[in-house]
Amino acid sequence: MTSMFLELREGLTIAWWAIRANKIRAILTMLGIFIGVTAVVLMSTAIKGIDNSLQQGVSSLGSDVLYIDKWAWFSNEEWWRMRNRRNIEMNDYYRFKDLVKLPLAIAPVSNTVQTIKYGDRKVEMVFLNGSTSDYVKTTNFDFSAGRFYSDIESDGARNVAVIGSEISSKLFPRGDAIDKTIKIGPVNYKVVGVLAEQGSTLLGAFNPDNQVFVPLGTIFKYFASRNMRSITINVRAANPEMLEATKDEAEGIMRKIRGLAHNEPNDFSINQQEGLTSFLDSITIIIKIAGLFITGLSLFVGAVGIMNIMFVSVKERTREIGLRKAIGAKRRTILTQFLLESSVICLIGGIIGLIAAILLSFMLNQFFPTSVQYDVVILAIVISLLTGVVSGLAPAYTAAKLDPVDALRYE
Amino acid sequence: MNIINIEHIAKIYQVGMEQVHALRDVSLKIDKNEYVAIMGPSGSGKSTLMNMLGCLDTPTSGVYDFKGVSVSEMTDNELARIRNKEIGFVFQTFNLLARSDAVHNVELPLIYAGVPSAERKERARQALIDVGLGDRMHHKPNELSGGQRQRVAIARALVTKPAIILADEPTGNLDSKTGEEIMALFLEIHEKGNTIILVTHEEYIAEHAMRILRLRDGLIEKDELVERRFIPKARETIL
Repeated sequence: MTSMFLELREGLTIAWWAIRANKIRAILTMLGIFIGVTAVVLMSTAIKGIDNSLQQGVSSLGSDVLYIDKWAWFSNEEWWRMRNRRNIEMNDYYRFKDLVKLPLAIAPVSNTVQTIKYGDRKVEMVFLNGSTSDYVKTTNFDFSAGRFYSDIESDGARNVAVIGSEISSKLFPRGDAIDKTIKIGPVNYKVVGVLAEQGSTLLGAFNPDNQVFVPLGTIFKYFASRNMRSITINVRAANPEMLEATKDEAEGIMRKIRGLAHNEPNDFSINQQEGLTSFLDSITIIIKIAGLFITGLSLFVGAVGIMNIMFVSVKERTREIGLRKAIGAKRRTILTQFLLESSVICLIGGIIGLIAAILLSFMLNQFFPTSVQYDVVILAIVISLLTGVVSGLAPAYTAAKLDPVDALRYE
Repeated sequence: MNIINIEHIAKIYQVGMEQVHALRDVSLKIDKNEYVAIMGPSGSGKSTLMNMLGCLDTPTSGVYDFKGVSVSEMTDNELARIRNKEIGFVFQTFNLLARSDAVHNVELPLIYAGVPSAERKERARQALIDVGLGDRMHHKPNELSGGQRQRVAIARALVTKPAIILADEPTGNLDSKTGEEIMALFLEIHEKGNTIILVTHEEYIAEHAMRILRLRDGLIEKDELVERRFIPKARETIL
C-alpha cells in the first residue's frame, strides 16, 4: 500500500518534470484539451441556459391552467378534422361558467395580431389578447406599474390596455407608459398596467412580455366579429393537485354543452402546459445531442493530440523506461506513470478551459441565456481526466510492455 | 550456498525466419562473495547471459535458480521484485535520470521497493558517501564527470543491499585513469562481502576479478581462476 502511494507520488513528480522539460510541446497539447473542454463546458452551460429559460417561460403559463380550445396544441389527429369542429363561442363560455364548480378562475380569450403605436414608435405583429378581468387570475402576472383592467372596464368594453414589459420598453423607453394613449391598429387605448418581465425570450410571440391585453369586448368591437372566430377558455385549477379533477369536470361539462352523444369524440381540446413541456423537451434534446456531439468532436481531436504526444514521449524515454524496469519498476508502475503524465496535461488544460468557459459564458450571457452550474466544474474535471486516461492508455500500455533488455539497448 | 545455480540453459531468439542460438548450453554456479568476470567477443552470448543473470530475460530452456528459487517460471512482477531487491545494475552508459540530482537517482530503486521517504533519503546519502560522493549529493548528472556519474550509478546499485552486483562494461565509457578508480571502487565493494559479476571485453579489466568465464558461440569456453589479480594502483588514493 505504501509502495503504491510512493509510486503514485514518484509518477506525479516524473509527469511534472516531463511536462516542464517540454514546455512548448505540453502547452500546445494542452491547447487541444483546453479548446475541447471550453467548448463542452460552454455548450453545456448554453444548454442549461436554454433549458432554464424555456422552463421559466413555460412556467409563466402556469402548471395549473387548462386551455379549452378548438385546436389541440399537440395532436396526431388530422388538422382538417380539428378545422371542421364547431367553433367555441361566447355562449359556450357563459354556459360553462354557470356549470363548473372546481376552477379558481375562468376566462374567455380571443387573440388577434396587431401593430401597436405610440407617437412615432411602433411594434408590429403583437399578440393582442382579449379577455375578461378574470384573465389575470388565470395567470401569475406581476405588474411593474399599474394594474389589470377591472370588471367594469371589461364589461363595458372600455379602451384600456395592459402591455407586456418588452412592449413597454420599446414604446416607452423611459418607462412612463401609464395613462398614455397608444394606438392598437386604428383604435386608441389607454395604458392602465405594465407587466413585470414574465417569461423567456425564447418563446417569442408567445411570451407575455411581447403581448398586449385588452377587454374582450373591444376585440369583438374593432378587430373581429363575435362569432367569426373560436375563443379559448382558460381554466385555472384551485391548485396543481386539483388539475386532473378540474380537467375531468371541464371535459364532462363541455361535452354536455356541445350536446355530444356518449359515442361521439370530443369536438374540442383541453390543452395544458404539460404538452408544451414535452414538446419543448423533444426539441432541446435534439439541440443537446447535436451540440454535445459537435463539441465532443473537438475534445476528440484534443485527445488524439495527447495520444500522439504521449507516443512520442514513450519513444523518447525508452531507455529511461528500460532503466526503471531494470531497477524494479513493475509494468503497473510504468503504466501509472504515463497515465499520470497524460492526465496531468489534460487536467491542467481542462482547468484553464473551465476558467475560460466560465468567463466566456458570463460574457455571452449578455446576448444569450447561459447558466454556469457547479456541476460543470465537476463535468470539466471528469472530462479532462477521462480524456487523459483514455488517450494515455495506449501509449502507457506500449511503455509498460516494453522489454527491458530492448529498451535499455534503444538508441 | 550458491547464489546463482544455472544448469544447461539455452536462449533462442527468433529473428525473422531464422533461429539465433544466443546461448546453447551453459551451466554455471556462482557463490556468495565471488568476483566473476564474463568475457567473450561480441556475439558470444555474454550480453544474453548477463540479461539472464540479471533477471531481465528468462531462458528458453534450462534451470536458473536464484538463491534456491527458480527464476525460469517467474512472472513479470516477480522478476521486477527480484531485480529491485536482489540485483544491482551498473551500465556502461550510466543510465542516470538526467533531470534528477544524485540523491534522487540513488533513491529510485528504494521508491519501487516502497521504502518511506526519510529512510530512503538517509540510505541514498549513505550510499553516495560510500562511493566517495558525499559532497556531490545534489548535483545533476550533467554537472558531474564521467567517473562521478558511474559512482552515482554504483551507489544506486548498492543502495538496496542486493545479493549480486551486475556490471556491464562499467569502464567502457571512461578514460583509463577514471576506469581504474572505478575498478578500485569495485574491489572495495567486493572486500565488503558483495558478490560482483562483471561483463567486459578488456583483458586487464577482467583480471581485477577472481574468476573469468570465457564465452564463445553461446558456450562456456573456459572457466578459470585468475592467478595474478590486478590490484588497481588508484586503490591507495581511494581508501
